[in-house]
Amino acid sequence: MSSSALLETRDLSCNRNDRLLFEHLDFALEAGQMLVVEGPNGCGKTSLLRILTGLRMADGGEILWRGNPIDRLAGDYYEQVTYVGHHDGVKHELSCLENLRLARAMGMPSKTDLDDVLEQVNLYAYGETEVGSMSAGQKRRLALARLLATDSMLWILDEPFTSLDKASMSMFASLFEQHLQRQGIIVMTSHHDISLPTQSLQRLQLGAQA
Amino acid sequence: MFLWFHKLGSPPHFYRIAGKWIPWLSSIFLVLLLAGLYGGLIEAPPDYQQGDSYRIIFVHVPAAWMSLFIYVAMAFCGAVIIIWRMKLAEVVLISSAPIGASFTFLALATGSLWGKPMWGTYWVWDARLTSELILLFLYLGVIGLHNAIDDKRVASRAVAILTLVGVVNIPIIHYSVEWWHSLHQGATVTKFDKPSIHWSMLIPLLLMALAFQVYYVLALFQKCRVELLQRERNSKWVEEL
Amino acid sequence: MSQRLSLAQAFVFLLRRDLLLAMRNRAEYAMPLLFFVLVITLFPLALGALPELLARIAPGIIWVAALLAAMLSLDSIFRSDFDDGSLEQILLSAHPVAVLVLAKVSAHWLVTGLPLLLVAPLLAEMLGMPATAQPILLLTILIGTPILSLIGAIGVALTVGLRKGGIILSLLVLPLYVPVLIFAASATENAAMGFEVSAQIYMLLAFLFLSLSLSPWATAAALRMSAS
Repeated sequence: MSSSALLETRDLSCNRNDRLLFEHLDFALEAGQMLVVEGPNGCGKTSLLRILTGLRMADGGEILWRGNPIDRLAGDYYEQVTYVGHHDGVKHELSCLENLRLARAMGMPSKTDLDDVLEQVNLYAYGETEVGSMSAGQKRRLALARLLATDSMLWILDEPFTSLDKASMSMFASLFEQHLQRQGIIVMTSHHDISLPTQSLQRLQLGAQA
Repeated sequence: MFLWFHKLGSPPHFYRIAGKWIPWLSSIFLVLLLAGLYGGLIEAPPDYQQGDSYRIIFVHVPAAWMSLFIYVAMAFCGAVIIIWRMKLAEVVLISSAPIGASFTFLALATGSLWGKPMWGTYWVWDARLTSELILLFLYLGVIGLHNAIDDKRVASRAVAILTLVGVVNIPIIHYSVEWWHSLHQGATVTKFDKPSIHWSMLIPLLLMALAFQVYYVLALFQKCRVELLQRERNSKWVEEL
Repeated sequence: MSQRLSLAQAFVFLLRRDLLLAMRNRAEYAMPLLFFVLVITLFPLALGALPELLARIAPGIIWVAALLAAMLSLDSIFRSDFDDGSLEQILLSAHPVAVLVLAKVSAHWLVTGLPLLLVAPLLAEMLGMPATAQPILLLTILIGTPILSLIGAIGVALTVGLRKGGIILSLLVLPLYVPVLIFAASATENAAMGFEVSAQIYMLLAFLFLSLSLSPWATAAALRMSAS
């Protein structure tokens, strides 16, 4: 294990419904690196991501952030993480701006103006629009806009490109690349065949074990 | 000593040890039960007020004690689950719940049977009976919640939280019901705590209490073994059995 | 690097968000209040509108109805957030979840418990409760309904992830509500008869402080369990 590893797992294992999904999982990510988790449906990709965020407890092993176990770091770890999971995590009765303001209040706010954030994800015109009236793709873009509204090093993304059209997909792919260039870290799963920066990329194959 | 405890916590080890103990526990239970019943039903003199119908306390009171004891034991397991996530604690908690519920039901049924010759009704809003009824609901809640969650490790966390919340509330509920009962001076089924209880009644009572304790451990071991097999069915040691 | 919001600011933010959501979902939040009135109306219909009888049992009826209305309203604390993923975001917050939970429960009480104060005097009159008892009735509702929200939140947190969570919620929560019911109804009854009520009120206050200090933690732990 490199001593400059920011995010590290050791001997991680996960059970679900009395079935072992994976065990003895080790990986390490340094600043500017990206991990893509791959594998068939039901092999534990989402579970792994949720364990990394702290939403789910691992059944064995540990996760270290800058060498410290994340369950001991608690709030200090969470402010470094932004998670976009299967659900968009936005309230349909609130406007885009109201949703982003809440996202900032929960975590570490970025210096970017919220209107600029919306601009970057092509939702500038929808600032005051109720999210419930937007399309699935637009809601997804708002969910991902959270990444720009907060200032965290670690992005954990579960199928981020769901419901997005090709143009949006490449727009976000370049946003991911910029994040890596700014020494951020990304852990993600994706069904989509998207061009990702290969030199800083690690691939993790689940479901090949057991 | 600590090493023994740690070993006991391992499922295959517990499975074997519990299996060895079961026949012994059965014998001890039967002996204690017969001794207690003999002492209570035959040896002890009739009560000067209630005649022979009071004898049901030899089942009612130990059952009530067990119903409370088991819930507290479950809460203890709950704490162990939350702090250490010990698998055996999870199994003990959920296996204890139906046993505790049964003792609660037994206490309610015997209390009810006692009430009939005394007051003419099968139910009396006595403080103890009302508290036992609420305790029964608490037990059913634990069983229901555990059943409703598919992933049994997550379910164990849920019932751990529930039993801890319950155990904090039990004294509060008990006190509130006592207070409520004292306002409306109704009939009391369990007025057995007189100033001094004669040893000829006390000894059978304690024997029955001990018998029920042994029964709890016996039933617990049996249920735990079954539950362990169910939970660990995909693991090596179960396949080797 | 920017600083995250202070805990107090995050608390206020979440509280305001939930109040805003309640305002935009007014119909959903009006139901428990209507249910409260409905249940109380059923009693004279079932028992006959005998003034002495109704006046005698009015405290009990009102409080049982308040309990049931509280039960009905509980689902709204976490259901919506759980379904759309907002709950996960709250759990992943840099701030202690127990405090954020308290913000949500406070909002819930403001929207569901406080309105009972407005309707209760009217219903007390309709049942013929003596006017001397009404201030105490309102006091018990003021102290009691936050306790119902706090304890109820634990139950909802445990069942929000279940498919038929609502059914088992009553089983989990109603036994825990019994102490509040006993002391609140007793206080109101005593007030109607001109007796002392301080013991009951102090007990209710004690319950309130106990649940304020313990239930947010239990609720946070239960939410983590439900979200995993």
